[in-house]
Amino acid sequence: MSLLEVKNLYKSFGGLQAVCDVSFNVQDGMIKALIGPNGAGKTTLFNLISGVLKPDRGEIFFNGLPIHSIPQYKIASYGIARTFQHIRLFPKMTSLENIMIGRHTHTKAGFISCMLSLPFTWKEEKLVREKSMELMKFLGVSELASIDALSLSYGQQRIVELARALACEPKLLLLDEPAAGLNMRETREMGEFISKIREMGITVLLVEHDMSLVMKISDEVLVLSYGQKIAEDNPLSIQKNKEVIRVYLGE
Amino acid sequence: MNTKKKYIQLSLFLSIIIFIQLLTYFTGCEYHLTQLTMSAYYCLLIIGLCLLMGYAGQISIGHAGFFAIGGYISAFLTTYDLSQYKDKTILILFSKIGAALFRQDLYGGKVLNFHPWAAALIAIILTIIIAILIGSPVLKLKGHYLAMATLGFGIIVYRIVLGTEKFGAADGISDIPPFPLLFGIEVNGKPVMRVWNYYISWSIVFITMTFLINLINSRVGRALYAIHGAEDASRAMGVDTREYKLKTFVLSAVLASVGGIFLTHYNGGIGPSEASVIKSVKYVAIVAIGGMANLWGSLVMGLILNFLSLRGYFGTYDDAVFGAILIIIMLFAPEGLLKVKLFDFIKYVSFRSKKSV
Ligand SMILES: Nc1ncnc2c1ncn2[C@@H]1O[C@H](COP(=O)(O)OP(=O)(O)O)[C@@H](O)[C@H]1O
Ligand SMILES: [Mg+2]
Repeated sequence: MSLLEVKNLYKSFGGLQAVCDVSFNVQDGMIKALIGPNGAGKTTLFNLISGVLKPDRGEIFFNGLPIHSIPQYKIASYGIARTFQHIRLFPKMTSLENIMIGRHTHTKAGFISCMLSLPFTWKEEKLVREKSMELMKFLGVSELASIDALSLSYGQQRIVELARALACEPKLLLLDEPAAGLNMRETREMGEFISKIREMGITVLLVEHDMSLVMKISDEVLVLSYGQKIAEDNPLSIQKNKEVIRVYLGE
Repeated sequence: MNTKKKYIQLSLFLSIIIFIQLLTYFTGCEYHLTQLTMSAYYCLLIIGLCLLMGYAGQISIGHAGFFAIGGYISAFLTTYDLSQYKDKTILILFSKIGAALFRQDLYGGKVLNFHPWAAALIAIILTIIIAILIGSPVLKLKGHYLAMATLGFGIIVYRIVLGTEKFGAADGISDIPPFPLLFGIEVNGKPVMRVWNYYISWSIVFITMTFLINLINSRVGRALYAIHGAEDASRAMGVDTREYKLKTFVLSAVLASVGGIFLTHYNGGIGPSEASVIKSVKYVAIVAIGGMANLWGSLVMGLILNFLSLRGYFGTYDDAVFGAILIIIMLFAPEGLLKVKLFDFIKYVSFRSKKSV
């Protein structure tokens, strides 16, 4: 069964059709890449899947459950986490605290128990901290734990944002241009991390402009142009697809 | 935060409370305790507002409204004579459980009023309901729009208490009975109870402070700070931002209301000025100068500025002083005064002076 099923999705902004009749599946355990020129509707599609936007028409199923009409905050507890094209870390919080927020759906302490500082909240807090440190270690950024997240370099911020999404323990990870703004070494490392994440059993759907990265790590590629799906295939066939070449190289 | 730091801060706070009382005792200015007690009840509102503004990032320029709602409802229920309804089943029931009782009024007549505890409970419940009704739609707004909407709420409360005959219109409500606690100790303004009342008020602040410090260093506090910083991203992490903002709003409204209830019993009266917009602005100014996301800073500033203001140090310029504070803070230290790094400032000044030599 597919982990994610997108069926005939439509979204327009005013007169602009940003996503038009897009359907595709993401199989459990794969890395699927979403490519297309700027303004093709890739981020909009991510926003639809992650509940930021509601589709005008169409359906999205995750693990067989409809998710196209539930509130955005519930998406994380279904097992979908994301990063943002324009990094959205929490300011005035350390990297560790940023990542700890990712554990929100896996913890319970509410207003009253936190105010009373009930013992179970300490235990939760300790586990949250340990798990978050573990992730920082996994991504090789333990030494950044107590540094204000927004004072980190761009590449480090992308890693912290990735760690924050991983802290949600998602089944599906949506990465919107994870290598944008990274230098060559950082891009290579990011590719390695994404492959490792897949090995952990997490399915990945990513938007990326770096074609060599996309071709290297992904199992399937979906091409979007002007809101429409124009191709969906394995990386090798996509590279040979005439329509795709036309879209990328211009008429 | 480590628990050790928390206990050090809290015990320091406790020592300061005791130190101030001893200071007034040994310097013979125990009459200052009156204003210090009143400041405590305003501080209750201020630390709640600090949580809302500094941590959750939601401004309210209407919190004096909640303070007045608490004060006025408990004042009204504990003074309004219900004798004419004394045969109604509901009142008989209230009398049976002690929620309503007869007492002597100022002129020796017998009046039937709500017991202060019952009145306080009703006031708090109504505060919660009003806060939910106002907060649910209004907290969808951001920035200036939220400021305007809460300001509107404050104005409405002010006009209602000012225009309602039963609330004493411009005179407010007076002759409010004391609020009985345990063992004959009560919240009242009698000079013999001055020291008691000082400790009662600051104990309430102390307990509230402990709860709020716990809160901001927990899962919930972290989520609130995340909402403040990037609301969409926090929602993507599974934070129910609507619920968290509303709960914080209600919590801060309840703290304001409790402050209003106790201050009203302490003063034995309440007037419409408690609901005025200028008061709300004053509270915002105090939170701002305290450092926004800084509970201790807001508390210290709440104590100092309220005390000075109540003692009349700012004279007729009182409101102007708080206006000026807001302007200066917004211009030079939007992060709050206590966040300005003193060390950097000294370095800056000495560097400048060296250069000019
Ligand atoms: N919130 C929005 N309001 C109006 N137009 C939008 C909005 N978000 C995206 N768009 C438009 O939709 C189109 C697709 O944008 P986007 O999904 O960001 O493209 P991509 O991520 O593929 O570069 C663009 O023309 C963009 O200007
Ligand atoms: Mg995009």
